[in-house]
Amino acid sequence: MATVAAHQVRPGRGTELWLLVLALLVGLGAYAIVGLATADALPPELPWHAAVLVGLALGLHVVLRWRAPWADQVLLPATVALNGLGLAEIHRIDLAYAARDRITDFGGRQLGWTALGMVLAAAVLIGLRDHRTLRRYTYTAMVVALALMVLPLVPGLGTQINGARIWIRLFGSSFQPAEVGKIALAVFFAGYLVTNRDTLALAGPKVLGLQLPRVRDLGPILLAWLASLAVLVFERDLGTSLLFFGLFVAMLYLATERLSWVVIGLLLFAGGATVAATSLGHVHARFVAWLHAFDPAVFNASPGGSGQLVRGLFGLASGGLFGTGLGQGRPDLVPFAESDFIVSSIGEELGLTGLLAILVLYLVMTERGLRTAVGVRDGFGKLFAGGMAVVVALQCFVVVGGVTRLIPLTGLTMPFLAYGGSSLLANWVIIALLLRISDSARRPAPAPEEPPGPTPHAGSRTVPANADQATERIDVGPVRGGAA
Amino acid sequence: MNTPLRRLAAVVIVMFVALMGSATWVQYVQAPALNNDNRNVRTLYREFDHPRGPIVVGDKAVASSTPVDDSFGYLRSYADGPTYAPATGYFSVIYGASGIEKAMNTELNGTADSLFYSRVRDLITGKQPEGASVELTIVPAVQKAAWDALGSQTGAVVALDPRTGAILAMVSKPSYDPNQLASHDTAAVRQAWDTLNADPTHPLVNRAIAGDTYPPGSTFKIVTAAAALESGLTPDTPIAAPDQLPLPQSSAVLGNYGGESCSPTGAQTLADALRISCNTAFGQLGLNLGADALRKQAEAFGFDTPLQIPLRVTQSRFPPDGQIDPPQTAMSAIGQYDVRVTPLQVAMITATIADDGRRMAPYLVKAVRNQDLTVVDTTQPHSLGRAISSRTAAQLTAMMTEVVQSGTGTAAQIPGVAVAGKTGTAQTTSDAPPHAWFTAFAPADNPTVAVAVVVEHGGDLGNEATGGRIAAPIAKAVIQAALGARS
Repeated sequence: MATVAAHQVRPGRGTELWLLVLALLVGLGAYAIVGLATADALPPELPWHAAVLVGLALGLHVVLRWRAPWADQVLLPATVALNGLGLAEIHRIDLAYAARDRITDFGGRQLGWTALGMVLAAAVLIGLRDHRTLRRYTYTAMVVALALMVLPLVPGLGTQINGARIWIRLFGSSFQPAEVGKIALAVFFAGYLVTNRDTLALAGPKVLGLQLPRVRDLGPILLAWLASLAVLVFERDLGTSLLFFGLFVAMLYLATERLSWVVIGLLLFAGGATVAATSLGHVHARFVAWLHAFDPAVFNASPGGSGQLVRGLFGLASGGLFGTGLGQGRPDLVPFAESDFIVSSIGEELGLTGLLAILVLYLVMTERGLRTAVGVRDGFGKLFAGGMAVVVALQCFVVVGGVTRLIPLTGLTMPFLAYGGSSLLANWVIIALLLRISDSARRPAPAPEEPPGPTPHAGSRTVPANADQATERIDVGPVRGGAA
Repeated sequence: MNTPLRRLAAVVIVMFVALMGSATWVQYVQAPALNNDNRNVRTLYREFDHPRGPIVVGDKAVASSTPVDDSFGYLRSYADGPTYAPATGYFSVIYGASGIEKAMNTELNGTADSLFYSRVRDLITGKQPEGASVELTIVPAVQKAAWDALGSQTGAVVALDPRTGAILAMVSKPSYDPNQLASHDTAAVRQAWDTLNADPTHPLVNRAIAGDTYPPGSTFKIVTAAAALESGLTPDTPIAAPDQLPLPQSSAVLGNYGGESCSPTGAQTLADALRISCNTAFGQLGLNLGADALRKQAEAFGFDTPLQIPLRVTQSRFPPDGQIDPPQTAMSAIGQYDVRVTPLQVAMITATIADDGRRMAPYLVKAVRNQDLTVVDTTQPHSLGRAISSRTAAQLTAMMTEVVQSGTGTAAQIPGVAVAGKTGTAQTTSDAPPHAWFTAFAPADNPTVAVAVVVEHGGDLGNEATGGRIAAPIAKAVIQAALGARS
């Protein structure tokens, strides 16, 4: 296991290209079908739409060949497929609104954001040559994350939309700083935890067979908990609060390998949730709407009723196993069909079959992220990649779970599918970062450059040698075995 | 850090499996309940979202969907709405459906099991799914004749083809215009609905099959006569026909229409008793036969049996065992007391006699066709059993022909055609004019049409009305139309 041998891994860019063609066919095919189903003709803007999407996807592919030839070959196609499907469905919802005299151009704007997101992803891949550079900005990232979290509360800048105060107005359009904040947070958590993991992993008292951490080390998790509670109380944003805390607990567990942190985290979460559900009006309303969704009084209550949730369920149910077909459902009957309820829109038109396929795509995406974390050699990279994979998985869980009434409904966006500029930009950056890390994870390691000893060298000055050394010995083997 | 990463990967898989499970729960397990939730406007929108199949009479659509530019997509419209309303029913955004619109809903909207293959084909060819068309047995000329002949009177007409049971006409008056209820202007629909429901004449009720059932009056004497013939009597058997019949176990006395005398001798043949519709003779006959024999004969003709055509038909009723004593039996034998019928039931009795004693199941739907006009389903005429022997049927035919030739039903005579019929004048309450009945079939030697007419409370003639004077001419017009349409 500990031997460092030459990898038999191929870069896999050819595979990526073929998968990319497939992904583009899915997205553009869906777009064409929307036109055929609603107007019996291909959408007039299809060539434009296709040119933008194909151009950008191939552009990213070229950037990967140039700057990250060893990067994971499935991440980009999976993302392009989801983004393309999202664009098609959002365009379809525009048409449904137009049929009821509500003129919107969510589709056009989403394509603009997609373009910006993919350009940003390319910039990240080109500009960031080594993800370990980010570790230098651990505490800068913390400040940035805090600032982004507080930004919506700044008078004059923050705006309250639909009860939640998580947007800021910039240049005439609203922006959700928390979307970018989650990346900064992942950087901070990874940098902080990789440094302090040994302390946090130290054994404290043992209770009921569970090795608890020392009481004095509880500071950070309490801080993260309080911060998420602050988001919940002051910005009234259940989803973001849940995402931040979930991310922290997951990364804490990754860093320390101590299950006790998860137990403590879950207890804190349960406590916070109970208090919030009983004392915070808007959280309480969400719980009631979840538990008693079909109660006529709850259904008709506004605001805070279950009307939207149940209408989403009606949409999903009308889709059934195979869906109504793109362009043939009535997604416009659910409020926020293009953003919060894009999942029920897609579930209605593509059916359970389509929805399961999409969930599998997300699962592949997350598991590829985690695979990257397993493969990469440095602790920071492991934590960072793992954290970002968790971010994607948590968002899917919270959104789809909310819409299908598995858990209470919260206000997160479905990555790449839902309408929303900030979310799209942030998620494209996440994919770019995962691609960057996967490049170094899958790149055959030239043995002499990574001596298994405390040899200081440029770029890893701040890395405690012992931390990396421990992981390196374990990791090299599985990389070779798993990625072949 | 790889062990926790792998565990985390497993947790992520569990999370996604949970999501897949809950998506399956909503979209597959719970879906039928969600689709039927009355708060789900989606199901309603879908009903209006693609063209519903037409309802066809003759070669003309009496109900069809036309594309409109509103949130529903298609508007249901009815040609000759009031004339065909008892058959088509309405299809409303607010109040659901009735009539054929309801009974054949899955065929009309294209979701019936029988249309599975055309749905699959639509899916493959990308054609927009459409409902099937439902072709009715109604003959426009017969329906029109019945509608016109009934005029402004309250009542119902049913015409059957006795050989098959096909319903040739079904008219109920007063009627309503289904277009009023199918409108997409919900305020106007609500108002029309309230007006129709507040109307004391109940225009929404299909009197032919589902109204408050009527006392059959003397038309029920056919059933009593049938029971007598089945018991061994012949048309020439002399029976008692007193001027007045004192009812046993009571002080009541049964008289004849207008206090007339049936026979100077106090006795007459069974055939003569039917010809002049002698109450005392049939009252006595009922007493002789007993309630059980009358009930058995009535049930053989379809009383107290559920029936769908496919619209649900109210059961006609003969007083059940234990709830009838001898004086009530005498009254029941002449179609009074608690005997209640639908016009369809009366037409069915006549049609059974016309078809040699076999009772054919009445039906309204001739065929279901795909949008490309291939036949998906046709109704096969079928017998519900024999109600009377062939001999009894022939004897009754002869007796009923005499009713029209020289009895109470002369108003139904048609030159060159032997018509067999029976009048009825049914008392309701003492202060209201009686219901006028006439039922007949023709031609008597080879019947192709059987008809039943009821005009409530004497119609235009009021207290002067009898079945022979007010209902027989309507039956005549319907028979003429039916014979004309056939030739």
